[in-house]
Amino acid sequence: MLMFGMTYLKNVVTLELDTEKCSGCKMCTIVCPHNVFVVQDRKAKMINRDLCMECGACSINCPEGAITVRPGVGCAGGIMQGALKGTPPTC
Amino acid sequence: MLPEYINSTLKTPVGDVWQVASQWSRKDLWETIKVRWNLGRMNYRVKPGLYAIGNPDENAHIFVTANFKLSFDHLRRALKGMNAWMLVLDTKGVNVWCAAGKGTFGTKELTYRIKAHELSKLVSHNKIIVPQLGAVGVSAHEILNNTGFHVIYGPVVASDISDFVKQGLKASPEMRKIEFPLKDRLKLIPVEITFGGFYLLLVPALFFVLAGLSLSGYSVDDAWYRGGRAVLNLFAAYFAGCVVTPALLPWIPFRRFSVKGLISAWAIAALLYFTVGLGNSLVEIVSWLLIMGGISSFLAMNFTGSSTYTSLSGVLKEMKISLPTQIVGASLGLLGWIVSLFI
Repeated sequence: MLMFGMTYLKNVVTLELDTEKCSGCKMCTIVCPHNVFVVQDRKAKMINRDLCMECGACSINCPEGAITVRPGVGCAGGIMQGALKGTPPTC
Repeated sequence: MLPEYINSTLKTPVGDVWQVASQWSRKDLWETIKVRWNLGRMNYRVKPGLYAIGNPDENAHIFVTANFKLSFDHLRRALKGMNAWMLVLDTKGVNVWCAAGKGTFGTKELTYRIKAHELSKLVSHNKIIVPQLGAVGVSAHEILNNTGFHVIYGPVVASDISDFVKQGLKASPEMRKIEFPLKDRLKLIPVEITFGGFYLLLVPALFFVLAGLSLSGYSVDDAWYRGGRAVLNLFAAYFAGCVVTPALLPWIPFRRFSVKGLISAWAIAALLYFTVGLGNSLVEIVSWLLIMGGISSFLAMNFTGSSTYTSLSGVLKEMKISLPTQIVGASLGLLGWIVSLFI
């Protein structure tokens, strides 16, 4: 069957990895629900960056502070509510 | 009176702990159905704190969850047949993932609960099992620093817990991935349907009344005929946005939810066009395409919040173009429809 699948927009996410700081602890591969990271030769690597939903789990669970992302909800309703109330987007 | 899911009280080194049933009662099931229809969803809670499943001792695992009762119920059901502790965080009645996004299911609350319930006196190990989606709010290395407890991230879905435990607290790669299967999307549709609330009556009623207007004064026949059609078209658009788009999500072309919603609306409009008709004049037909497209596209865009794979940056990018388009489109449609009443 024809499938367009569940991938969202390309090249928009704010996820960044500083390989220099990475110690290869694999925590990012454990917490990411979209399989964005793999660890090869004791260094993390992004293999599915466009699948990132910017939840921020990898970033706050990285003991080396090697991962940065602007975390937030991918939720149009939350974004509109936030804009109306002047608060950050929240669902 | 105690909630009916509490079986008894267990004496422990840290005081009395409620022991809960792992089986759902008829009442639990009925309440789950109500919550899925958005009835009392915002106030469906259990008391935060420590609970027991079976007869846990100092070697038993500790599982963390949120105090949204649906989260609590799914965990206790998944722990059936085990002896385990449940630590329920105060997330103000919000599920694990959303609460973790807000930070209420977070490092601070978990640290507080581990200390307040004296878990280091309760168990002889120092492991605590947190649902993987809770990692959005919980920092494992900070918990270790704060409390001496090692956070072990469990599977995404509670029903995998039994296998996770059997495999020695190891989650397979499949257990670590969040999916969004048809079954889960269907569960979310009722809440989407309730989204319109009062407007579901008000807007069709307004269309119905306006439909009687014409150059020769007010016509009750026109109200019935054109108004009836308006009500049908409006509900068809609502259905396209809240039911068709979520259900068929991966099979509708394009990545933007708003475009998926537009396609659903126009597919249904085409169906109506070839059966009962969409309008009497070209102006009316085009107006309905614009109104229906705008409504369905907007509702579909709102489903980004229920989906498991959209990012903030992506939704912002999508909304930048889609939201103004929806507003302008639906407004032009409304204008066109009013004009069509007088030609």
